[in-house]
Amino acid sequence: MTLKDVQDILEAEVLVGRDQLQKPVKTAFAADLMSDVLAFAKPDSLLLTGLTNPQVVRTADILDITAIIMVRGKKPSEETVKLAEELKIPILSTRYILFETSGRLHAKGITGCIEKVGGEI
Amino acid sequence: MQLDELVRALNLKVSCAEGSLKRQVRGGYVGDLLSDVMANSKEGDIWITRQVHQNIVAVASLKDLAGIILIQGSEPALDTAAKANAEGIPILVTDLPAFEIVGQIYKLINP
Amino acid sequence: MRESQKFEKSFDVQGGSFQNAGNVSGQIKSILKEMGVSTDIVRRVAIICYESEINIVSYAKKGTITLVVTDEAVKIETKDEGPGIPDIELAMKEGYSTATAAVREMGFGAGMGLANMKKYSDHLIITSEVGIGTCVTMIVMDFSKILHPDLPPLTL
Repeated sequence: MTLKDVQDILEAEVLVGRDQLQKPVKTAFAADLMSDVLAFAKPDSLLLTGLTNPQVVRTADILDITAIIMVRGKKPSEETVKLAEELKIPILSTRYILFETSGRLHAKGITGCIEKVGGEI
Repeated sequence: MQLDELVRALNLKVSCAEGSLKRQVRGGYVGDLLSDVMANSKEGDIWITRQVHQNIVAVASLKDLAGIILIQGSEPALDTAAKANAEGIPILVTDLPAFEIVGQIYKLINP
Repeated sequence: MRESQKFEKSFDVQGGSFQNAGNVSGQIKSILKEMGVSTDIVRRVAIICYESEINIVSYAKKGTITLVVTDEAVKIETKDEGPGIPDIELAMKEGYSTATAAVREMGFGAGMGLANMKKYSDHLIITSEVGIGTCVTMIVMDFSKILHPDLPPLTL
């Protein structure tokens, strides 16, 4: 699956990274707590979140996240968009809630980026 | 779908309010920001979160949520568990992260 | 010591400056990448740096983050002028937090930061004085090199 497919499944608007829609995607992590993302998310995953502040982009950059999906139709602030453009991290915005977003992607074959917690780094 | 069916299907650990598993699950909500869950969750939703402090019980109770699933093996804080038992708000625990458990719940309630 | 030391650099972090939080961590990540440090170690250091930076921005007036790189390890040292931590053991407990609403809005302040710093470092030492500030030293070791018998011992 590519980021373009993700865009179609979620009827999402691409806010940053229109040139990166061919990037492949296999896994995802859903959270609103950035410390939780930092603790468990893996590189090359999608980050699904209800947050829109610049720290989401920072977190994605630190972890080499493929793209950020902002849920509930939320739009990032100007600073967030600017930072994402600078760090070349795609941002998509979907109107679905986080539950629906996760459910739809999972049904189409995206898997969680960790199987379960315990011992792994 | 009834909460106890969900517990069985997903192999969830029942951490609190074992007596309240006959509630109906009508939908789901994922969120770690309490103000968001307060504003946007719906009655009968099963709430998936990483938050463990006692305010989650108040939110679930006020919004008439079906129950709370804590992810990644998180256990409720002691005062959270006491409050959940007192108010009959089921708290369930899974080792899976939110995305994965939601994917499975979604499939069960949208067959 | 310091014969194997390759690099040391300090960065200032301004307290309360939420817009810039993460800037230093991003720079440190780039430096390590450029040095050719392995991806796994870059990632671990970036995470502990970022949590440290968020802590300074969230709680302190100001602080510094110092990056030290040797052949076998990366050390991150943070020093802040902040309120200090009265009970370190309690603060280390996952879920314990004194964060403000503003910090929570950003997706931090859930009492996971110190736990993450511990999880991703091989050594973590915290010293703190109430009313003065907090120092945290974290070491991330490159075990692939340490386990190699021909290399000199760890000098950090």
